[in-house]
Amino acid sequence: MPNRLTISELTAKLGQREVSAREAMESCLRRIHRTDRTIKAFLSIDENDSVAQADAADEALRHGANHQEQPLLGVPVAVKDVIAVRNQPLNCGSKVLGHFRSPYDATVIEKLRTAGAIVFGRLNMDEFAMGSSTENSAFQVTQNPWDPSRIPGGSSGGSAAAVVADDCLAAFGSDTGGSIRQPAALCGCVGLKPTYGRVSRYGLVAYASSLDQIGPLAKTVRDAALLLRVIGGHDRRDSTSIPEPVPDYTARLDGQIKGLKLGLPKEYMVGGLDPGVSQAVRAAVEQLQKLGAEVVEISLPHTDYAIAAYYIIATAEASANLARFDGIRYGLRVDANDPIELYCRTRGAGFGTEVKRRIILGTYVLSSGYYDAYYLRAQKVRTLIRQDFLNAFEKVDAIVTPTSPTAAFKIGEKSDDPLQMYLMDIFTISANLAGICGLSLPCGFTKNPKLPIGLQLLGKPLGEETILRIAHAYEQSTSWHKEKPGL
Amino acid sequence: MDFETVIGLETHVQLKTKSKMWCGCANEFGAPPNTHVCPVCLGLPGVLPVANEEALRLTALTGLLLNGTISPQAKFDRKNYFYPDMPKNYQITQYDRPSSVGGYVDFEFAGGITRVRLTRSHLEEDVGKNFHFERHSGVDFNRAGVPLLEIVSEPDLKSADMAYEYLNALKEILIHGGISDCDMEKGMVRCDVNVSVRPKGVQELGAKIEIKNMNSFSGVRRALEYEIPRQIEVLRNGGKLTQETRRWDDAASVTESMRTKEMAHDYRYFPEPDLMPFVPSKDWLEEVRRRVVELPLARKQRFMHDYQLPASDAETFKNEIRLGDYFEATAKQAKHPKAVANWIINNLRAKMGETLTSLDELKFNPASILELVELVESGKISTKIAQDVFGEMFASGERPGAMVDRKGLAQVSDTSAIEKFCDEAIAGNPKVADDYRAGKAAALNFLKGQVMKLSKGKANPSLVGEILERKLGRNSSNGKSVHR
Ligand SMILES: [Zn+2]
Repeated sequence: MPNRLTISELTAKLGQREVSAREAMESCLRRIHRTDRTIKAFLSIDENDSVAQADAADEALRHGANHQEQPLLGVPVAVKDVIAVRNQPLNCGSKVLGHFRSPYDATVIEKLRTAGAIVFGRLNMDEFAMGSSTENSAFQVTQNPWDPSRIPGGSSGGSAAAVVADDCLAAFGSDTGGSIRQPAALCGCVGLKPTYGRVSRYGLVAYASSLDQIGPLAKTVRDAALLLRVIGGHDRRDSTSIPEPVPDYTARLDGQIKGLKLGLPKEYMVGGLDPGVSQAVRAAVEQLQKLGAEVVEISLPHTDYAIAAYYIIATAEASANLARFDGIRYGLRVDANDPIELYCRTRGAGFGTEVKRRIILGTYVLSSGYYDAYYLRAQKVRTLIRQDFLNAFEKVDAIVTPTSPTAAFKIGEKSDDPLQMYLMDIFTISANLAGICGLSLPCGFTKNPKLPIGLQLLGKPLGEETILRIAHAYEQSTSWHKEKPGL
Repeated sequence: MDFETVIGLETHVQLKTKSKMWCGCANEFGAPPNTHVCPVCLGLPGVLPVANEEALRLTALTGLLLNGTISPQAKFDRKNYFYPDMPKNYQITQYDRPSSVGGYVDFEFAGGITRVRLTRSHLEEDVGKNFHFERHSGVDFNRAGVPLLEIVSEPDLKSADMAYEYLNALKEILIHGGISDCDMEKGMVRCDVNVSVRPKGVQELGAKIEIKNMNSFSGVRRALEYEIPRQIEVLRNGGKLTQETRRWDDAASVTESMRTKEMAHDYRYFPEPDLMPFVPSKDWLEEVRRRVVELPLARKQRFMHDYQLPASDAETFKNEIRLGDYFEATAKQAKHPKAVANWIINNLRAKMGETLTSLDELKFNPASILELVELVESGKISTKIAQDVFGEMFASGERPGAMVDRKGLAQVSDTSAIEKFCDEAIAGNPKVADDYRAGKAAALNFLKGQVMKLSKGKANPSLVGEILERKLGRNSSNGKSVHR
């Protein structure tokens, strides 16, 4: 079944004509028909369009197109519902966008198309990427493929579940405080959050503009490296994208990590950490040492302030970013007698509880008289956190941490306790505040029930090559990535 | 008790760029609704702004023209408020680090030169325009995202007239500098007024009252002419003024309260995360500096000083830049620049107007004007002949000297030839000659006319007068002082 392959495996078979893009796409669709009724990773799929794209890829292959020039030719990849794909619905997991369809492609989608990918499906997510369990979707609750009673993580829960369920070869998500890495950890796949500015945000519906990044969720580190190479790079439509060339991230995945220095932040191995997770991460660190890496303890002294700073900065930006959903120009409109009433009714009906909570919080921290105490102070903390990391990277090549303090929890378990939910991002949030890169990869399972555990590697700004190299070496020396849920 | 008025102005000007501030849509007035729009200026989900370089340059250029300081690091901020004409429900503007800080505008007022200091000039985006129909409303977003420059003055203005003249001077500078076309009809200039009154001698400012909704400079003047006495009246009657925003109703010619301080918006400004701070490089600033032009007032003063022109001529050359430049190019070599100015303003400009000809289309070069002036000043041709020569020169481009020679238009200053024409005129009109001798001074003009006719206009008119007077016996006692 081509849908179970990795990208590297599929492209080799496509190149050899052992399998067609049409067969690959259809195997994904069959899989989705069979399993997604319960998993609920997808919000919608334009099947005719998917198959037409696959046929076009086969046509190109017949006419001599190759994977050197188009590394994703004929590879079905699915997309989180927060990235704009021309003529496809764009709902961000919210009711407020109504029947909106995007009239344009995000830059990453353009790049994927140029690379030959079959871009299909809209993947479930927490509304406007606000959440850590995908339970905040206005449409459906996605299940963890390892245990239907548990959440897949979030906010890119649909993306992680779809990859792990073999519904697609890879998927794209967005990461504002851990939204790619945390579901990747909880579902058991590789999730990469690039350095802020490495990937264009044009076409990514903004939650918190200074923190958001698009990144891949994939079955292997090599696939993630390949996908980053395709979507990375400067974009003149995104002023915050970095004008640095994109290296071939796959070129140095040679298993060699001898002499690399890894830092273990002492602040991260603390209470609240699940013993199973702690154990798996310690074992992973030992494995990395066996592979020749040197491990040292480091300190990130401002770690404790990260969640508070994050919830001030992210919600402040969100309060403005989400102001455009007002019922005037597109999306849901609940009519009224005057504009103010129209805004209130539309937004009241369109947004879910968590989104409203964050808009109100963000509005509050920006209010006259509170700005200095909250927003300005949070920005100062952010600078300190970034400095913590830059100091650490003077001594080490990468930082190793758990991705999430616990494995996947039960659906509904933390719904009534937003603070408990916020703590799920405790290890991932700092990377967004610091603007550095990070990835999560499988490093074991909890015993009973068997649930995936993620290892997080954090790298310096534009240090993706290094963390991919370390992750790949680890992955190839273990077999966690080969384990599949029994669906 | 006497009162004094303190006025500050916030002037919004649409910048003259080809495209909008954050996207490639045309910055163009008058297109059908919502035809100059794209995902970016409509604020669709997922889009990002990219700053228009030319708008940044024009903003810096304005700062230089207005004697301000260009910020070494400017940044953009979001100003949050909900309104149907706002695609994102926040406006991208510059809050605490504007592109240009300080500066001033000098202008002519009440017979002297007055200076109004500026607080800042910053860049922001325009919003759409709401339309209300019988049963529904619509928004045209063609204007949304058009670059706007906001120029904020210090509270240095003291009267409605002064505000009016300041606005005109500012507009003149912006048009001259190529910053904006400042077309009021097209809504390219809008301003808000802050006005307060206080008893003379009191230091602290009175309650600041903002007036909005004036759509012309004269509207600003009329609003102030209404508002200032209103405020004084309130204070005189023992009332108290409180900070508020008032709306100018042009038709009724009154201001009315819009919202009080308690209802004021909290705009919740914060730095725009989608844009990097703008740090102009040395080269970039140098490039902008090369576009700095002479300010209109300075130009006028220089024309008066360097060429000894009267204020009215200098004013013409200040307003009509290309004509003024043409004058300068010509007048540099002229002995009497004023004579050149006369020709350019009275003849050339009029003729160009009649024939709808532009300076580029002139068939003759500026040296021909000099030559013409020289022909008149040396007495070679009369002013009247010069008019004809100019007409032909304008039509054909022929050099005036060559034309005078070719057509034999040179003025006759040969006394014997003129005497002959005079004798002929007296002989042909004995009755008129007698009238003159009998003391009817006006009769001489008739005879002069006859002589000019006989000479085909070429006789030197002053010589004709002298000779006729001598021949008719009324000369010499004062004759020599009559003519130049
Ligand atoms: Zn546009």
